[in-house]
Amino acid sequence: MSLDDKFLRYDKLRRGMDHERYAWTMLEQRSAPNWPVGKSLALWINVSVEHFPLNPDSAGFKAPGNMTMPYPDLRHYTLRDYGNRVGIFRILEALERHDLEASFAINGEIAQRYPYLVRRLAERGEIIAHGWNMDCTHHSGVDPATEQHWIDATLDALAHYSNQPVRGWLGPARSQSFRTPELLAQAGIRWMADWVNDELPYSFNTEHGPLVNLPLSLELEDRFIIGDNLHSETEYGDQIIDAADFLLDEAQSTGHGRLLALNLHPWVIGQPHRIGQLERIFAHLAARRQDLHNTLPSELAMWAKVE
Amino acid sequence: MEQERIETVTERKADPGLYDYLPWDQRPVIRWPNNARVAIWVAPNIEFYELDPPLNPSRKPWPRPHPDVLGYATRDYGNRVGHMRMMRLLDQFGLRGSVSLSTAMLTHHPEIIDLVLERNWELFSHGIYNTRYTYGLNEDQEREMIVDAMQRIRDYAGQHCDGYLAPALSHSEHTIDLFAEAGGTYTCDLFHDDQPTPVKTRSGKRFVSVPYSLELNDTIVYVVNRIEPRRYGDMIIRAFDRLYAEGERSGTVMCIPLHAYQVGHPHRLAALQRALDHVCGHDQVWLATGREIAHHYLEHYHDEAVAMMARIAQEEA
Repeated sequence: MSLDDKFLRYDKLRRGMDHERYAWTMLEQRSAPNWPVGKSLALWINVSVEHFPLNPDSAGFKAPGNMTMPYPDLRHYTLRDYGNRVGIFRILEALERHDLEASFAINGEIAQRYPYLVRRLAERGEIIAHGWNMDCTHHSGVDPATEQHWIDATLDALAHYSNQPVRGWLGPARSQSFRTPELLAQAGIRWMADWVNDELPYSFNTEHGPLVNLPLSLELEDRFIIGDNLHSETEYGDQIIDAADFLLDEAQSTGHGRLLALNLHPWVIGQPHRIGQLERIFAHLAARRQDLHNTLPSELAMWAKVE
Repeated sequence: MEQERIETVTERKADPGLYDYLPWDQRPVIRWPNNARVAIWVAPNIEFYELDPPLNPSRKPWPRPHPDVLGYATRDYGNRVGHMRMMRLLDQFGLRGSVSLSTAMLTHHPEIIDLVLERNWELFSHGIYNTRYTYGLNEDQEREMIVDAMQRIRDYAGQHCDGYLAPALSHSEHTIDLFAEAGGTYTCDLFHDDQPTPVKTRSGKRFVSVPYSLELNDTIVYVVNRIEPRRYGDMIIRAFDRLYAEGERSGTVMCIPLHAYQVGHPHRLAALQRALDHVCGHDQVWLATGREIAHHYLEHYHDEAVAMMARIAQEEA
């Protein structure tokens, strides 16, 4: 028994990263972000609006939330669709009540299926592309023409129904193939939110010029805390409030602005027994409004470019 | 076919053969320096996971097809964001870390190691990368990997590498023997006790297990057991209270293993801070490193414990 010599060879062992995508830096050794005067914590709220087809192909890997039962898996299909029919409107109301801005990451197929919803969301905030649907996860096994088609179809559908230029991308389940960043840059995308390795935006290299990566926390996501970790809705509320308080303290004690990035799923947090916790979080944040800069991803991307 | 299967089974040991039975109530009485009841050590794991490593036949490095952007970025967060945050917290309590180190970090991100060395922390080996497993390596290959990692620590930090936590907890039957032969003095890979214990090596070298902990390891807590942050704080406090009470009779060890990519998130630090407040608010604690615990035990209790185990085994025979 032994392994090939390549298992003891370390070809990418060098200063910095083991790839060329971004420079190695530590958050605290960068210059402080210049949020507007007096604001120590930027707040980015993103809502992911998703379609899970009843007949998934699921080649490669399944996004969390995909069908799990034998066909036709009506229970998961409809539970996800609940978010688009009911849950999203509860989130919109909560945003309205606390006068908060948000971005909406939308699957291209949602635009085709529910143009009303996309028009409604486009009036309320910034539209981000979220891939074609939740079964179209990007990975190295996807045929290049297919991946290109998913990106083009998504951007076309969203631009058409939202009447907004779409410059941002969040992959379904934050999935990417090795070539996804190149395809995004070529398609006119300026920033993406798939890499959760930081707490501030940073520049990301592609063969077709740089993108900005905006880290959209997985660990603070409703679906992750409630759906994967099976923590209660109250625990979710506590954890987000603890995170906000911690980041505010850190920003104020170090003088370095911080970013709280919250990703929401209408099919998770939009349930009637959970939405109250989102309202509790929003009320907590609104009470610290004098310290908060409620921002949108296009602004964060601009900030990173200036840096 | 049948014959082959039997041979495979008999090749595998039913018992690792690393230690003999030593009941909790039949041991040398341990006294830590300054009459402390509990030796507390904090073990930050400082790790590098590769984006596209060679695929080990026994274990996949990533759950998703490469590039597993989510898995990779989740861990990279620890290096970019988490370590400095975690260090600031440990500094508040005067806690020195004993670092379980992917030694590739010495080359990839020496800035982090410099912060560690400024704080006079201990470095011990956690392999080269946490995406290179022991599985499948032959004895020479594993020795090469172990010696290589120890040498990297000596070259960069001028420290002798005393401890080993196998990369990603991947072992062979020879792991501990090889590490002891290369000059190591303690292992973190065994979870059978709340005190240091002698470990048998084929070379007969004096060698100990220092209790690390899986139950209080933040990655096991958060990723495997999916525990709420505040409950993790409660668990640390409960474990400490019990080990502190029992430590009046004979000194105990409590380890808090940490990963900046887990505990370094903003919703998790307050709970750890509260737990450390509780632990460090007690007088009779020894804030130690893994090496200090191993050496103290080797010097004062190892040989007595070996003799007691031999006596017990003889009496039972």
